Amino acid sequence: MKGGLLRPKGKPGSFLPWRSARLPAGSQVDVSSAGARRVAFKPDCRRLPDSAGLLSRPIDRTSLHETALAVWPPPFQRSSSRRDCVAMDTESTYSGYSYYSGRSRGSHRHGERSRDRHKSRSKDSRSEKSVTINTPPAEPLLGDSSVRGEPVQDDNWGETTTAVTGTSEHSLSQEDIVRITKDLEDSVGLNCRRYLTRTLAVILGILVLLTPLAFLVLPHLLWPDKLEPCGTACEGLYISVAFKLLILLLAVWGLFFRPPRASLPRVFAFRALLSVLVLLFVISYWLFYAVRILEVQDPDYKGIVQYAVSLVDALLFIHYLAVVLLELRQLQPCFSVCVTRSTDGETRHYNLGQLSIQRAALAIIEHYYSDFPVHNPALLSASKSRAAKHLAGLKVYNVDGEFPAASAEGPGPGNNAAAGLAHSQSRAMIAAAARRRDTSHNELYYEEAEHERRVRKRKARLVVAVEEAFTHIKRMQEEEQKKSPGDVMDPREAAQAIFPSMARALQKYLRTTKQQHCHSMESIQQHLAFCITNNMTPKAFLESYLTPGPTLQYNRDRWLARHWTLISEASVTSGLRDGSVFLLKCVDFSLVIAAKRIPFVQMSEEYIDPKSHKFVLRLQSETSV
Amino acid sequence: MAFVPGQPVTAVVERIEIQKLFQGENLILGFSIGGGIDQDPGQNPFSEDKADKGIYVTRISPGGPADVAGLRIGDKIMQVNGWDMTMVTHDHARKKLTKKSEHVVRLLVTRKSLEEVVKHSMGRP
Repeated sequence: MKGGLLRPKGKPGSFLPWRSARLPAGSQVDVSSAGARRVAFKPDCRRLPDSAGLLSRPIDRTSLHETALAVWPPPFQRSSSRRDCVAMDTESTYSGYSYYSGRSRGSHRHGERSRDRHKSRSKDSRSEKSVTINTPPAEPLLGDSSVRGEPVQDDNWGETTTAVTGTSEHSLSQEDIVRITKDLEDSVGLNCRRYLTRTLAVILGILVLLTPLAFLVLPHLLWPDKLEPCGTACEGLYISVAFKLLILLLAVWGLFFRPPRASLPRVFAFRALLSVLVLLFVISYWLFYAVRILEVQDPDYKGIVQYAVSLVDALLFIHYLAVVLLELRQLQPCFSVCVTRSTDGETRHYNLGQLSIQRAALAIIEHYYSDFPVHNPALLSASKSRAAKHLAGLKVYNVDGEFPAASAEGPGPGNNAAAGLAHSQSRAMIAAAARRRDTSHNELYYEEAEHERRVRKRKARLVVAVEEAFTHIKRMQEEEQKKSPGDVMDPREAAQAIFPSMARALQKYLRTTKQQHCHSMESIQQHLAFCITNNMTPKAFLESYLTPGPTLQYNRDRWLARHWTLISEASVTSGLRDGSVFLLKCVDFSLVIAAKRIPFVQMSEEYIDPKSHKFVLRLQSETSV
Repeated sequence: MAFVPGQPVTAVVERIEIQKLFQGENLILGFSIGGGIDQDPGQNPFSEDKADKGIYVTRISPGGPADVAGLRIGDKIMQVNGWDMTMVTHDHARKKLTKKSEHVVRLLVTRKSLEEVVKHSMGRP
């Protein structure tokens, strides 16, 4: 059955005999046909261009589950349905879907279907503290009823109640909080929450900005006759108040009124602290003002103006504190995080500063979109089919067993005897698999070598075709344009004109490297027009097809996941620590993140006198014995 | 002491036996060697033939075991305890001289004056 036996020896140049020879007889399972099936499977139910969330309707998910199983080739289905005791890759994909559907059905008992934002919340188990991160451009998720500070609009406030400061370590209480906040969200509508946050922020901002002005104006309104006239010193103070307020306004606008990048699950602890601080501060100033100045009707206007100036100064200092805490503190790199994609093992390392886990996760997601090559599920089919083949040839027969069935390929319906039997059966399978002479490594090696060769051949054809196509068009200069306005084309038409000559080679190459679903005809033509417009060479045009680029380079529907779930054992508002591990899960894969502290560097100095560099020839050495 | 490549080397040698001395935890012999097949023979001040890559005695500490035993500066060492020293690297020679397990070193050394002595004695029947 092994293809190795049929491989013609000593014929390195002939590909065709190898391909047909290596298909194991009697099995419909091999990489190439699996690849072909993937092409047919292209309109994948998972990839709905649904910006509102892919997995919103639990009912749809179950139907998805069934359709997926129906389309998938029968051998896989047969094997996966019967091999329940052994976790196979093919099976786990589908069990994941049914898992989702079951859970979402269970937890959406409120019937809140309209909120398609929170679907992944359904899959959060109650025991793990998993919360949701939504990234824009989807409408950011929020919901904060806690106090807002310094005109901090932000939609970055996650759902929370006032109880959340993120410092509680008691796991049960945090679960409760999570449950409460989820219920809160269930009850409050989405838009309402966001506007609530914004209005609170704006109200506080207005309060803060108008307070000094109020301090200055109220004496004139209430007791104008008793006020001492205040000369040039006061006018100087007016100017300083005005400019400081202007600077404060601009600074607050610069720091806080930026478009939100994401909506994080929990409240941003520092922002909450700062807002509370500002509120307390302003309230205390008002108290003092009310008691000592309004009631007494103090005639010393200069003192009042100086009081207002001190308020504005203090607000500026609080803003400075905000800049330091929110922006500067995490700039110094402190941790080195290792980010691994679970499906294909792509790993990158980044340096982060002292951040909370949710902010670190956000930074990592932003790095992910620009650094990691796009996730291509078609490339994973080979290892899955290999895994399937490992156990495909073994069957366990129970010759004198306790079951009525003569053959059992997996554990029976769970009873203790069945469980014990299952253990012994799987042990027997493992032993048998270890004993048999497995030549799958041979197949893998030759398959990979052949694939390599095929890819290179197609690439050579593609490069030649593209270069030839590019020679057919020429940029026209201005003078020539006026002279012969005959057959002039704009870039899009030029691209359409030369595209057919390279289309076939390009399509074959993309099929071989399993990238054909990443690029549509439209996008290729657009890219071609773009390259023509900017005087790029054929090599520059091809670069985006030869190597898989970062996710953002492709169309939006290739982004696949803008909704991420943060799964962490520690509280997500607690800071990163040495050895903290958390997961960022999206639909197809998850990113495993492990943080390590950057070691403390001890540097000492050694002074070398430049005149001390002296040398002698060392050709005759003398050793004393 | 010129040697013709391929021909056996003939020389008049003196046998010198040196007792190693304990200095601290080291066994010393009390002289320094220079030369070797990995060294530059042109810089050897003691050799007659500037292509000679043999091991030469370059310094003797006064009153040391080598001095007492009769080793002289400029001697070429031909053998150490039976090991040949005419075609060895500098480090190899050092190793053969400084074996911790041996407390006595028997050298075969040659010097110009020996030949003259022999010639003198042979010339005077």
